[in-house]
Amino acid sequence: MNRYPLWKYLLILCVLAISFVYAAPNLYAPDPAVQISAQNSATRMDDAVLASAATALDAAGIGHFGELMTGNSGLIRVRERDQQLAAKRVVQQALGFDYVVALNLAPTTPTWLSNLKAKPMKLGLDLSGGVHFLLEVDTSDVMAAYLETKSTQLREALRAAGTEARYQFVRVEGDHILATFDTAARRDRAAAIAAVGDFRELVAAPADSDGRYLLSLTPGPKVIAGREDYAVSQNLTTLRNRVNELGVSEPLVQRQGRNRIVVQLPGVQDTAEAKRIIGKTANLEFRLEAKGEGLARESFEFREASDRREPKAWLERDLVITGDRVINAASGYDENGRPQVNITLDSDGGRAMSRATRSNVGRRLGVLFVETRQRTEERTNAEGVVEKIPVDYQEKKIISLATIQSALGVQFRITGLASPQEASELALLLRAGALAAPMKFAEERTIGPSLGAENISAGVLSTEIGLAVVVVFMLFYYRMFGLFANLALTANMVILAALMSIIGATLTLPGIAGFVLTMGMAVDANVLINARIREELHNGQTIQGAITAGYDRAYTSIVDSNLTTLLVAGILYVIGTGPVQGFAVTLSLGILTSMFTAIMGTRALTNLVYGSNRNPKKLWI
Amino acid sequence: MADSPVSNPPIIKFMAWRRPALLASAVLTALSIVAIVFKGLVLGLDFSGGTQIELHFPKAVETEVVRARLSAAGFVSPVAAHFGSESDLLIRLREGGDDLATRVIAAIGPDAGGTPELRRMEFVGPQVGAELRDQGGIAVLVALLGILIYVAVRFQYKFALGAALAVAHDTIITVGFFALFGYEFDLTVLAAVLTVIGYSINDTIVVFDRVRENFRLVRKGSPEEVMNLSMTQTLERTLLTSGATLLVVLALFFVGGEVLHNFAIALMVGIGFGTYSSIYVASVLALELGVRREDLLLPVKDSQEFDGLP
Repeated sequence: MNRYPLWKYLLILCVLAISFVYAAPNLYAPDPAVQISAQNSATRMDDAVLASAATALDAAGIGHFGELMTGNSGLIRVRERDQQLAAKRVVQQALGFDYVVALNLAPTTPTWLSNLKAKPMKLGLDLSGGVHFLLEVDTSDVMAAYLETKSTQLREALRAAGTEARYQFVRVEGDHILATFDTAARRDRAAAIAAVGDFRELVAAPADSDGRYLLSLTPGPKVIAGREDYAVSQNLTTLRNRVNELGVSEPLVQRQGRNRIVVQLPGVQDTAEAKRIIGKTANLEFRLEAKGEGLARESFEFREASDRREPKAWLERDLVITGDRVINAASGYDENGRPQVNITLDSDGGRAMSRATRSNVGRRLGVLFVETRQRTEERTNAEGVVEKIPVDYQEKKIISLATIQSALGVQFRITGLASPQEASELALLLRAGALAAPMKFAEERTIGPSLGAENISAGVLSTEIGLAVVVVFMLFYYRMFGLFANLALTANMVILAALMSIIGATLTLPGIAGFVLTMGMAVDANVLINARIREELHNGQTIQGAITAGYDRAYTSIVDSNLTTLLVAGILYVIGTGPVQGFAVTLSLGILTSMFTAIMGTRALTNLVYGSNRNPKKLWI
Repeated sequence: MADSPVSNPPIIKFMAWRRPALLASAVLTALSIVAIVFKGLVLGLDFSGGTQIELHFPKAVETEVVRARLSAAGFVSPVAAHFGSESDLLIRLREGGDDLATRVIAAIGPDAGGTPELRRMEFVGPQVGAELRDQGGIAVLVALLGILIYVAVRFQYKFALGAALAVAHDTIITVGFFALFGYEFDLTVLAAVLTVIGYSINDTIVVFDRVRENFRLVRKGSPEEVMNLSMTQTLERTLLTSGATLLVVLALFFVGGEVLHNFAIALMVGIGFGTYSSIYVASVLALELGVRREDLLLPVKDSQEFDGLP
């Protein structure tokens, strides 16, 4: 008969209660806020700083409330959304550049809900406003840098072996390192050196040509894949650190595919700043100033040319260390009040640094700032049309060239920076870690806050209208059973919202559209059931019999059709990336929840209303 | 059809029009393919790459003025179009680069329609666009293959072919519609096309399920008569579900804003054809392939003694 055991009712009630709790945070709109954190550990960030920021806001006439210190950062909520940008400016001015002031959206979830770990769905950038970057890691550059390091190491190792392995030159040629020698014996000795230690991962191949003895070292495919993978994950870590330094609330930094990284900064409006920090593919190279002339040197310009007598300086080709060896960096001032950056290296870096500087006291050590930039070049394409094509190039400029006073170790400082701001920025970049490979912007999206707000209201409005239309339609057509279906539909939305909040799905405008659409499709199950019940009644079934048969017969159709759709969603998830995957998740969850509410939920209601009555006179359908 | 279990509603002879319908479907599909191949899709930023800037001006602004000024400022073949209203502008450029939005706003100047507000700026590299395009195509193909296998296992290969071709038919026509009328095809439209696949297969399976049930239940009657009976029985559901879904899509179309406009159009076309194709492509093809009662009588346990199912 049409009765449900008690546990089924309890199960449904339980699911509903839990869903209500976890969907609830979405009802509380976040407050616009500014977040303040200290630029480095030397600067204190406490209630006093927060209070002075609040005073500055008062003076500027910007309404604010809810000042709060959490960990090392403070939060001030702003009353009006329009004033958020102004508030940031005011606070930044009041506190100076020792503090990072970032825009933030502060959640307003009540404590009892956040204690249950209930949190609202993340809003996609098209809803919250903000910036989205897709960065592509240039893996070809990774190998070039790798070969460069290896060739430096090889030169060192060969030199250490003395005349036995004296080389003519060692240089990188395309995808391999080429070394030349004047005798076969020296070449073979070099090959023996290259067969052990750091060089084992390279495949050595000797060759002779025109009385010269060559040795080429080529990295195997495994090494290449490993290096590339390392570079991308290293960049990912670095980007995470940098983004954290920006102090943005709920940033997203995620690997996508083989060599891409997605960065999303919700609520950020100052894209120029974000791009400067994130996109700064800066690295440092430490090289000794060249003495004498020859092939082993390169000339570089100074980054700040104004106060120099010479515009250029010659540095050695060999690297002492690169920025990856830096484990800590803090900006400060030297005895003369000029900006400087104090640097701490890891032990390998310290060893290399002390080895290079010990015997070179009195010479100068150059610090090169390496940056990947883009310029637009005009080219004529096949159709004779002039096109502007972005071209990447690496810019290396000297930021400091200072005399080595004594052997340097794991700790030393860089002076000669143009401004305190530059010092703190450089410290930030070094602290966050250098990028293992340059990156370029494959995609960049900026969504203004007003557009985001409009998209939300459009999404909410179409959800409301869509829901209203379906509800009226069902009620009109199926009366009591329409009401059941409508209740199930509402429950479905609550459960879906709760699930999406729990798994931390990001809600986008197409996501809302998918959500709305699921409502339309979710009624399908109930239409199937109700149509079937009507049909059974037509066929002369008793009322109770018609209900049972209607549900049972419709069941296979519902399961079959939904499983196929689920299969399609699964395929989309596996093949797709990013937006396509998000859509697949919403679709699959919608199918699952709608099956639960449409089959079990409405059946429970039907049984509750009609099940106890052995012979109801009429079915309101 | 005297021994049909349902005697009341008259059985509509759906299958009587199967040849003209099949012809119409073939013509529409061919037309769509021609449109896609020869006219091509107007690809949105997501797929084409480039830069797109949406500006909101305090006053109405003329696209021609903006375009001319951008050209004069050295931007190569800029496109400017109104976006939703006279004072909203969508500008598309081929290039990317730093501070593009600032440069564009400077080039337009303050007198065209007042100082604009930057609503959004999107830059997509050409590589990303091409990859996304391929990914979408592969996803659709694999989904079709998945459907083919699943339906072949759950039903029978004749049904599987019908279902897969019906889904392909809906997908091609939806995409073809966009090519023919020159609507922009972007990532949200791709999402809509993927939804259409889900919707179309869902609808087809419901019809097939009834066909299977009737083949097992109704002992007499030709396959064509069983088909007609099944279509008639599921007609109410078909109309109601597609009606409800279309109403929701209409809500998206009218109030969802400019971004969801094309999404809604794709869904309207797709749901319309998805509903039609369940009957006139999927079922008709199964029938033309010679589906018989014996094809579906295999599992004995499926004679369905329903009990205790939820």
